[in-house]
Amino acid sequence: MGASISAGFRTLFAKELMRFWKVSFQTILAPMVTALLYLLVFAHVLADRVQVYDQVPYQTFLVPGLVMMAILQNAFANSSSSLIQSKMTGNIIFILLPPLSHIEMFLAYVLAAAVRGLVVGAGVLLVTLIFVPVPFAHPLWIAVFSLGGAAILGAMGLLAGIWADKVDQLAAFQNFVILPFTFLSGVFYSTHSLSPAWQSVSRANPFFYLIDGFRYGFFAVSDVNPWVSVAVLLVALAALAAITLAMLRSGYKLRN
Amino acid sequence: MQAAIRVQALAKRFGALRALDGVDLAVEQGEFFGLLGPNGAGKTTLISILAGLCRMDSGQAWIMGHDVRADYRRARQLLGVVPQELVFDPFFSVRETLRIQSGYFGLRNNGAWIDEILEHLGLASKANANMRSLSGGMKRRVLVAQALVHKPPVIILDEPTAGVDVELRRSLWTFIRRLNQDGHTIVLTTHYLEEAEALCGRIAMLQGGRVVALDTTANLVRSLHDRIHVRITLARGTWPAALVDRLSESDGLCHTVRLSDPGELEPLLAQIRSAGATIAEITIQQPDLEEVFVQTMRGSLTASIEI
Repeated sequence: MGASISAGFRTLFAKELMRFWKVSFQTILAPMVTALLYLLVFAHVLADRVQVYDQVPYQTFLVPGLVMMAILQNAFANSSSSLIQSKMTGNIIFILLPPLSHIEMFLAYVLAAAVRGLVVGAGVLLVTLIFVPVPFAHPLWIAVFSLGGAAILGAMGLLAGIWADKVDQLAAFQNFVILPFTFLSGVFYSTHSLSPAWQSVSRANPFFYLIDGFRYGFFAVSDVNPWVSVAVLLVALAALAAITLAMLRSGYKLRN
Repeated sequence: MQAAIRVQALAKRFGALRALDGVDLAVEQGEFFGLLGPNGAGKTTLISILAGLCRMDSGQAWIMGHDVRADYRRARQLLGVVPQELVFDPFFSVRETLRIQSGYFGLRNNGAWIDEILEHLGLASKANANMRSLSGGMKRRVLVAQALVHKPPVIILDEPTAGVDVELRRSLWTFIRRLNQDGHTIVLTTHYLEEAEALCGRIAMLQGGRVVALDTTANLVRSLHDRIHVRITLARGTWPAALVDRLSESDGLCHTVRLSDPGELEPLLAQIRSAGATIAEITIQQPDLEEVFVQTMRGSLTASIEI
């Protein structure tokens, strides 16, 4: 039985990877171009006006934020779009009929989503390095926050994909939750440049910690202590995993 | 021997609708079993519960003795389901689809069996074609193939021949029959009663979430064998007044009489002739499963036989 558990999981994971790989132009290349456009426009417009950290030019400051944004958005897009497409076309049945456990389903979807987020993020980082020099102060922190961020958004995408009955509901989730939370998390600025009131609002945004901690990995400077950010990351991941696993286990919206 | 499928007091509601209202049923191993009923009778809900696609409200269900909830892994491993909807994953080819489906069931090196299924279902030439490019009939075959990748002993086909052309229907029948002869238990739901009559050894009829008839196909049809319909068209003259109460239908020209014995026909014709009428045409209709079905669904089977 042990062998079949891992075979089922491995197949679903591989299938999820193949799904985005087969349309990589749209799932990997397109988001990389978008991130580079952000870099081009914001760096060009704001480079001479904004100084975020001492000795860190604005273009350089921008890179980790853009990389993290690419990781988060693409991890979310992968699991959520896979789920909603399977539900809309009805082929979700092929996953519901076999003896896959809720844990296998969760891990396969979330890990595949994380891989897509990390592939796009790595692509954005590699291309921006051609134009902008970026230090790598603490590679381990970079790894922790990129993996954690990708997993959190992968789980969030899975949750949203299970919950949404229609593509518009998913689009609403993406436009009214994911996008504002990532944009307002300090991708383009340091929260220290905000008024105290807005600073405390930013601290209530979990995405802020992902980007801030990730940025610490590059510059060894951050708005909050990276250990606090790791704690927020772990709590968020555990909570999302618990909710999503409970949904999968009960068959919420999938098996009724 | 363990029943292939057993359900006990199965109930499921969708809001105010009672989709299943206390269903008890057992399908023995090796049977070719038919599940009939009008739309909304509960057939698909029953199948969905067995397959784990839908949660029951109360009751119990087993596949080869394995509880579909507590022991869902074993139960699902032993069951193959061909869904009613023509669904497919547009990202993959036929062979990829079957390989992936095998993997979900824990089978990694299933190439030889996949080739065999492709061959049997006439899909070999389409093995590397993308699912999107296939015709409806071909997609239906792939659904059958997907249900068989893990060699399940119990196979449920939910209206496999709906919207399928005559040729494919015949070839599917042959294929499913062979599976049954090889020892697979087959449960078939269909709207084509002719199909159920030709294939199924035993039939359960569902209505409003309840089993309203359950017997061998032969017994169900036999139960109506005393119900011969005779349609008599008169060329000349009128229907004798003495025989008016024998009519079950009449439009002035064409008269239908129900007989419980073929022997009643000759005296009837003699009476018509002696009343001065000439018969132009006689059609005799034997009862078939459709008749049984219609009568059962009306819930008037016993009542009308007593008349």
